[in-house]
Amino acid sequence: MNRAAAPKPQDAGAAAPAIVEVRGIAKAYPGGVQALDGIDLAFETGGLTSLLGPSGCGKTTLLKIIAGLLAPSAGEVYVQGRKVTGPGAERAFVFQDFALMPWATVLRNVAFGLELKGRPRAERHEAARHYIDEVGLTGFEHAYPHELSGGMRQRVGLARALAVNAEVLLMDEPFSAVDEQTRRKFQEDLLRLREAERKTFLFVTHSIEEAVYVSDRIVLLSPRPGRVSRSIRPDIPRDDSPDRIRRHPVYLDTVEEIWRGLREFVE
Amino acid sequence: MTIYGHRVPMFASLVLWCVLWEIVGRADVIFLIPPFTDVLGALAELLPNGKFLSATATTLRSFAIGMALAIVAGVALGALMGRVRAADRLLGLWVNLFVSAPLTALVPVLMILFGLGTKTIVATVFLFAVWIIALDTRAGVRQVTPSLVEMGRSFGATRWQVYSRILAFAALPEILAGIRLGMVRGVKGVVIGQLLVSIIGYGELFEIYSRNFLMKQFWALTILLFAFALVLSEGIGLLEKRIEYYAGERNR
Repeated sequence: MNRAAAPKPQDAGAAAPAIVEVRGIAKAYPGGVQALDGIDLAFETGGLTSLLGPSGCGKTTLLKIIAGLLAPSAGEVYVQGRKVTGPGAERAFVFQDFALMPWATVLRNVAFGLELKGRPRAERHEAARHYIDEVGLTGFEHAYPHELSGGMRQRVGLARALAVNAEVLLMDEPFSAVDEQTRRKFQEDLLRLREAERKTFLFVTHSIEEAVYVSDRIVLLSPRPGRVSRSIRPDIPRDDSPDRIRRHPVYLDTVEEIWRGLREFVE
Repeated sequence: MTIYGHRVPMFASLVLWCVLWEIVGRADVIFLIPPFTDVLGALAELLPNGKFLSATATTLRSFAIGMALAIVAGVALGALMGRVRAADRLLGLWVNLFVSAPLTALVPVLMILFGLGTKTIVATVFLFAVWIIALDTRAGVRQVTPSLVEMGRSFGATRWQVYSRILAFAALPEILAGIRLGMVRGVKGVVIGQLLVSIIGYGELFEIYSRNFLMKQFWALTILLFAFALVLSEGIGLLEKRIEYYAGERNR
């Protein structure tokens, strides 16, 4: 579905107001590569939306534009009604490669966002300890990143993003650099964390199963140039156990449906 | 090193060379090489000598000031070149030229500019040390993963905080390597500068010793300088070891 067809019928059921609005975003890289073209999207408060698509569809580019890390060639992003001109305190980013400071302990890494804001040491350490506990890394406060496994490192990245208490969490393929078992555990933890934190999540992934498993809404992007192809709200009961969700007919049907939609873009 | 199953420390080879020196010296092969023990004797006499102490003070001061300036300017220049493409294009050629150029040739120019005094020596130390520090800092800043800088920006780091809290540490292994090499070059700079000016510090002493064929004193001073350069470089090397744990981790 393209820009002309908006508003999308799938969005009709969205009761919550939009916290992030993307209007007419386009991004062309020098050299003429059109990464994104005519992206219009609204992300409702408290929702978890996945941006899903094959590599080259510009999903990470879109997330970085929303984060204020990249400037769009055209269009605007509004967060809580304010136009985005750069990074802001109401958004926090979780990086694909974790982006931890190898010279700093877990505690300092998690507290780094607050350190940059000039919060006193005691306050930021208290907040950091709380979120270290929340992501299940208690006891590793004084460990260094190189002493942790990939999965644990991303937990540090997640705790750091949570510690600044931003309303919107932008996650760029956060689980793609960890092994499959850790990944599944992460997805389950993310759902649990969502219940506890009540934040808005924007989640970039290239895994269909992951998107369907964690998301309220999945936005499919088509590649070259990246455009919104479809928007899907899988009607999956979230209170079921992880194993039951992964075998739920709606889950399986949605995965299949998305795959059918995407396969034409995969060469 | 192991000999016949016994562990022999590395500096044992140094003892061997000293013994060889002593033998050549005692054999009186050439007046340029006095026995090693005589050199040590001269060193012992030299250390409490007032002229030597003031020369040492002058030399150390010039070296310290020159090095401090070189580190500040070199790190700043390297960081600029590492981050700003235009600056790199503009300055890269010159830094690469100066890092390999025979800078000794420029010392007479410095003498005209700064006179026959400490200023020239400071300028020489600076000129010898600054380029390699800039080049290594540039390399260090270049290899910092972009996401680490993005991380800083996304959590609200100011431009200065990106440099002082992220890039400075992420590039520290290369910066320290640059400083270590810069120190070694700086020692060369202080000696060459003083030799060419030849009326201050060790330059004056070297001038007196070589003109009057005081080979014992000459060698004593030389050994002292060699030891100084070695200790400095090893000291920075120890610092580098302390941050080794993350040097290899940064690119993963």
